[in-house]
Amino acid sequence: MNRYPVWKFVLMVLAVLIGALYTVPNLYGNAPAVQVSAAKLTTKVGPDTATQVQQLLAAASISADYVTFEGTSVHARFANPDVQIHARDVINAGLNAGADKDSPPYSVSLALVPRAPVWMGKWLHAKPMYLGLDLRGGVHFLLQVDLKAALDKKTEGLVTDTRTLLRQKQLRTVVARDGNAVTMTFHDAAIATQAFNVLTDAFPDVQWNQATEGTDVKVSGALKPAALVKAQEAAIKQNMTTLANRVAGLGTSEPVIQQQGPDRIVVELPGIQDTAKAQELLGRTATLEFHLVDETAQGNAAAEGTGPVPFGDDRYENSPDVGRRHGGFTVVKKDVIASGDDLTDAQANFDQQNQGSIVILNLNAKGALNMREVSGQNVGKLLAIVLFEKGKGQAISVATIQSELGDRFNITGMPTAEQANDLALLLRSGALAAPMEIIEQTAIGPSLGADNIAKGLHSVAWGFVAILVFMCAYYLLFGMFSTLSLGVNLLLLVAVLSWIQTTLTLPGIAAIALTLGMAIDANVLVNERIREELRGGSAPQTAIAVGYERAWATILDSNITTLIAGLSLLAFGSGPVRGFAIVHCLGILTSMFSAVFFSRGLVNLWYGRQKKLKSVLIGQVWKGGSKPGSTDADAAEPAKTPGAAR
Amino acid sequence: MEFFRIRRDIPFMRHALVFNIISALTFLAAVFFLVTRGLNFSIEFTGGTAVEATYAQSANLERLRGVVGGLGYGDVQVQNYGTSHDVIIRVPTKGGIDQKKVPDRVFGALCAAESGSISSADPTRPTCVNAAKTEPVVMKRSELVGPSVGDELMRNGAYAMISVVIGIMLYLAFRFEWKFSIAAIVANLHDVVIILGFFAFFQWEFSLSVLAGVLAVLGYSVNESVVIFDRIRETFRVLRKLSTMQVIDHAITSTISRTIITHFCTQMMVLSMLIFGGPTLHYFAMALTIGICFGIYSSVFVAAAIAMWLGVKREDLIRATKAEIDPNDPNAGAVV
Repeated sequence: MNRYPVWKFVLMVLAVLIGALYTVPNLYGNAPAVQVSAAKLTTKVGPDTATQVQQLLAAASISADYVTFEGTSVHARFANPDVQIHARDVINAGLNAGADKDSPPYSVSLALVPRAPVWMGKWLHAKPMYLGLDLRGGVHFLLQVDLKAALDKKTEGLVTDTRTLLRQKQLRTVVARDGNAVTMTFHDAAIATQAFNVLTDAFPDVQWNQATEGTDVKVSGALKPAALVKAQEAAIKQNMTTLANRVAGLGTSEPVIQQQGPDRIVVELPGIQDTAKAQELLGRTATLEFHLVDETAQGNAAAEGTGPVPFGDDRYENSPDVGRRHGGFTVVKKDVIASGDDLTDAQANFDQQNQGSIVILNLNAKGALNMREVSGQNVGKLLAIVLFEKGKGQAISVATIQSELGDRFNITGMPTAEQANDLALLLRSGALAAPMEIIEQTAIGPSLGADNIAKGLHSVAWGFVAILVFMCAYYLLFGMFSTLSLGVNLLLLVAVLSWIQTTLTLPGIAAIALTLGMAIDANVLVNERIREELRGGSAPQTAIAVGYERAWATILDSNITTLIAGLSLLAFGSGPVRGFAIVHCLGILTSMFSAVFFSRGLVNLWYGRQKKLKSVLIGQVWKGGSKPGSTDADAAEPAKTPGAAR
Repeated sequence: MEFFRIRRDIPFMRHALVFNIISALTFLAAVFFLVTRGLNFSIEFTGGTAVEATYAQSANLERLRGVVGGLGYGDVQVQNYGTSHDVIIRVPTKGGIDQKKVPDRVFGALCAAESGSISSADPTRPTCVNAAKTEPVVMKRSELVGPSVGDELMRNGAYAMISVVIGIMLYLAFRFEWKFSIAAIVANLHDVVIILGFFAFFQWEFSLSVLAGVLAVLGYSVNESVVIFDRIRETFRVLRKLSTMQVIDHAITSTISRTIITHFCTQMMVLSMLIFGGPTLHYFAMALTIGICFGIYSSVFVAAAIAMWLGVKREDLIRATKAEIDPNDPNAGAVV
């Protein structure tokens, strides 16, 4: 009766093995590493950079555990901090060779990466848990994105586009903005219908309406709800990209940039505590400027470095994509035609006509006005786009003006689709799609983080030991089974948390402790039930079987109520509470497996084969007996304890 | 070892009225303190700024209050946090202050008071260095919460609480009976209110993690009541001759050892957090401790008693199914 089929034992062994495998990476700790990330928007870090780093290390005969590219940065892991520092210097000298000291293209910094064997992470996805900022130190920001402003910008763009289109089609009217809608009035119903059709064809994202007002016909349009959602999502996404670019320059390891809720962005920068610096970084805007290139002889000479920069001109380095024309420099006229604030959008596209990649730019009304005037007078001349970062400008595009440009124009002849994408990204990264505001900020010192880890671990460890000692003393062998299965519970919980890559925080550790403290309940229920059965006179084997069976229903009920509380916290909690809730919910699930299935397996393994089992080691079972419903008078009535009849 | 050698059922329900009166009084006291004193919400809820700093020597709070008070941030709180070397300074939100600058300004003032100056030698954190090149004060943590976040947290906390209550009530009503469902929720909400009452009375800081603890304890104490209800149902089924009161007494008596041992084990874990967990987990562990102690009381003395007042009967729990067939009934069996 108390036997498991072989497959159940196999399952138990497998659970422990897999649990151990995924728990182990957490025990390795961290190893010194060097991180390479882009320090400028125009720098690209990719698999090629990893190869480059590998070559540099090989040339200096430094052996790295590995060099990998992941996300936006390259990591190289080393055996000890001495090698790490040496490697940092070698990589820095190699990658940033010949670059300006104040604004090197690559940020090469010291970092810590998990020491766990590489194959574990690669083949089994067994990686250590990510430590929250309260355990490792760093700054955390919660940014509120002003989506209304993004919508304003979008509507403003729509007004301009509508105006341009109607002018092109020679449909005369006054286009105005009314809240989030575009409105215009026509005196002639036929023209109104014509305009309506043109607009519906041109802007499928907009819901257009026609209404008769007296003798006039009013046409109005507003973004469709789906397009509205899309626009907001795009705004958040662009802001996140911009933030990622800004943060990349900091060279911090594993920065976290995540969306939280519909309109918030979380930025976490581990290892940094200087909030003022971080705030400055987040608020840093790269700015764009459109300039005419000075193509005079003096200008060209200045670009090549053979002459002085003419009065009223500026000299900027070209980005790699612009090429080495004139020695890799461009000299432009100081007058700004349009700036990044005027740029409403930039998208890479494919031009069907010319079979080439293009970048489509949209300017707002003010920018377009200026652009139209300047470009109209300078057809055939070169237009440069300069990106300013940390006060230094770089020409990211130099193109010939083919015709008069307005609010919407293309940069054609991009060599590859990738370059077109990069340019569009650079242009967009100049500005945020919507303004943001810091609404929450936490900075935690690294010593406090280490302290919190120690405190959390001590809480769990000593609590566990106390329970272990008590359970073994009170329930003897069954107590040992109980604590063993509680240990398996801890193992599985940590394994699951590592596997799904949760962020471990101090409340999370508290939840582990609390979950273990609560999970022992299931074992106590079972053990008490078995004792009760024994007290009622059952044979030991029967008592074990009935005890587990009876306790199961109760365990299920009580765990479900706890789970309801956990799930509510998960649904409505945020930040630390969420971490607590995740651990709590998972812990309840693993505890049902370990306390019922696993501990039963241990008991079966120990006692299951003994046919003539006389007694079990579950501590003293006092047979004075509780007489149900007894009063002094009817104490003599024989007890009819539940289960005794079997 | 066997702690509980109970010879016969303990007549808990005979004294149910007394227990319920005690409960009602504690509950009213808790409500009274909640109303008159209110909860001391952490800045997560109220919005504001907190700076935690640690001193090389014991910190002189009186002097610090003067220093920080001079910054003109209004009602600033300065307290020890954990040890006498650690202080926490809480600055409320106030119009006309750039909140983002508060942590640095406070730390600057603390540093100047120790006759040091802020240095940016370490690129990752601002350090305070004095003439002797030592750090008299170190900024350990700073936290800033905008006022809008607090409102939202408050609302979400309330939603979480309501959804826990509704979820548990529905589950118990489905699994047992509505009378039990009401009894369990009343008994356990009374625990929650008492925990909150403690926090109001002592003006302990009520933070997000305390809220998590309170909700976890709510689920935990309900599970306590569930164990007893389970046993009541079983006793109704097996011991058919007992009255409702006797059934409840029997159910509580036969589960009391489990109740106490389980709570004892959980409390050992919580105690470990209270001792080793430091100031961050202190009030969380405190909330759990109160919750566990009152959880035993309310499950044993209050929940079952309420179910009894509500008039729970055998028929409520045992529907006319197989269980209805009494194996000892000579007339049971084949029916034509």
